[in-house]
Amino acid sequence: MTGAPSSYLKISDLNAWYGESHVLHGVDLELAEGELITLLGRNGAGRTTTLRAIMGMVDRRTGSIAIRGEEFIDIPAHRIGPLGRIGYCPEERGIFASLNVEENLMLPPVVGEGGMSLDEIFEMFPNLREVRRRMGTRLSGGEQQMLAIARILRTGSRLLLLDEITEGLAPVIVKTLGDVIRRLKEKGYTIVLVEQNFRFAAPLADRHYVIEHGRVVDRIEAGAVEASMDRLNHYLSV
Amino acid sequence: MDVMIKLILAQGMLGLNNGVFYAMLSLGLAIIFGLLNVINFAHGALYMTGAFLALILYSYLGVWLGLEWLHIGFWPALVLVPLLVGCFGMLLERLLLRWLYKHDPIYGLLLTFGVALVLQGLFVNFFSVSGTPYPAQPDELRGVVNLGFMIFPKYRLFAIVFSIFVCLAVWLVIERTRIGAMLRAGTENPDLVKAFGINVPLMVTLTFGVGTGLAGLAGVLAAPIYSVSPLMGADLIIVVFAVVVIGGMGSIMGAVVSGFALGLVEGLTKVIYAPAASTVIFLLMVVVLLLRPAGLFGRQG
Repeated sequence: MTGAPSSYLKISDLNAWYGESHVLHGVDLELAEGELITLLGRNGAGRTTTLRAIMGMVDRRTGSIAIRGEEFIDIPAHRIGPLGRIGYCPEERGIFASLNVEENLMLPPVVGEGGMSLDEIFEMFPNLREVRRRMGTRLSGGEQQMLAIARILRTGSRLLLLDEITEGLAPVIVKTLGDVIRRLKEKGYTIVLVEQNFRFAAPLADRHYVIEHGRVVDRIEAGAVEASMDRLNHYLSV
Repeated sequence: MDVMIKLILAQGMLGLNNGVFYAMLSLGLAIIFGLLNVINFAHGALYMTGAFLALILYSYLGVWLGLEWLHIGFWPALVLVPLLVGCFGMLLERLLLRWLYKHDPIYGLLLTFGVALVLQGLFVNFFSVSGTPYPAQPDELRGVVNLGFMIFPKYRLFAIVFSIFVCLAVWLVIERTRIGAMLRAGTENPDLVKAFGINVPLMVTLTFGVGTGLAGLAGVLAAPIYSVSPLMGADLIIVVFAVVVIGGMGSIMGAVVSGFALGLVEGLTKVIYAPAASTVIFLLMVVVLLLRPAGLFGRQG
């Protein structure tokens, strides 16, 4: 029942602060290579902050973040992505308005071998090929989201942190994204998904972590979801 | 009528000659403001320092070292001085400015204002307040050229062409290269750029170096035209700030275009009503602030 014997990412007692305010109070989670977990919870529960804390995008963090057994808690922010081979897709997508699609795509430096080529990326996201000269903000929400995912696939990242990728998108695009995530999982990527849309996340995930008030309050294996529906509804109801 | 056109063209050229310095200085300010969110009040003082370094390299360094024959001339200074001023800028950023980023931008402004006063004070102390002419204008740029509508000093023509070239080069690097894309992205969202693995603190230092280096370069260019004086930067920087506000804070394109354009406007105002020439830029600034607060090229809202 416990995760894999060798965790790819293991977070223990992660605390994080923005200025004086203490936002994460000891988050523990782990996942094995090739696994996909979700962080569920209400808005403001600390799911986005958990991803940001992994990337070093908080003012202060303590505890332990181990990636493939290596400790990352004291690594400066700009070295976390390359050293951990982490690709981060932020909430609100983080598309740069003053860069065109191709520049956005090429911006993150390559962090390891095995990244997707532009051809593979355009095969996975055919829409992007047609708009490659367009400025970043003159894209539809769906195109922006595709771009935000595509640009971290180019770099050879193996661990993907994806924050609310379905938010505000039309059902047909959500479905496409579901297919994309499934294909990425088949390719062996290790994925942490912050999701509001449980119906999107449920069929993809190996395990769900429920976060409340900056800590993990529950952990539900994929197989136990059906039996735990009442609990889940309680956690996610607004 | 013919005389009038000649007069307008002539004043236009002279205006453009001032525009050179507006453009190069506001370009540096815009780059720095974009990435660091710091209004670099020391920019004028660094421009002045650039002019003085050119003067020192030619007239004083040899004497100080006891090598009377040593005069480092204009062309080497054009390369050396921007590097020196840029290095000084990078030290400034690493040692002083870096500690203030987490505070309100006003602290950066106050710090650089202080640095400007210190630099100015030092040069007043060692050189007199009155200007010293720069004697090393290169021979090949002495004399005049006949532009048809006016006789124009060769050196000033060189300064105009050279700085247009420099501004264009900087603009191309920012808009068309990978480094430029990183810079633009860093201006928008430094945290995310950092998360992608780009060394933003290093980029900030280098950007400050390039911005201040441009001020140094402008100083060298100015040395043969204006006499080199400790106050030359303070006089110029106020106008340059107005130029930056009109162009739009942080807009690279806005800085360059409005730099040259406002030099022209200033020149042309001399044709129409000469006493207004020194205030017309500030009048425009007021109008722009009222109608388009983010500047002509700035992103509104």
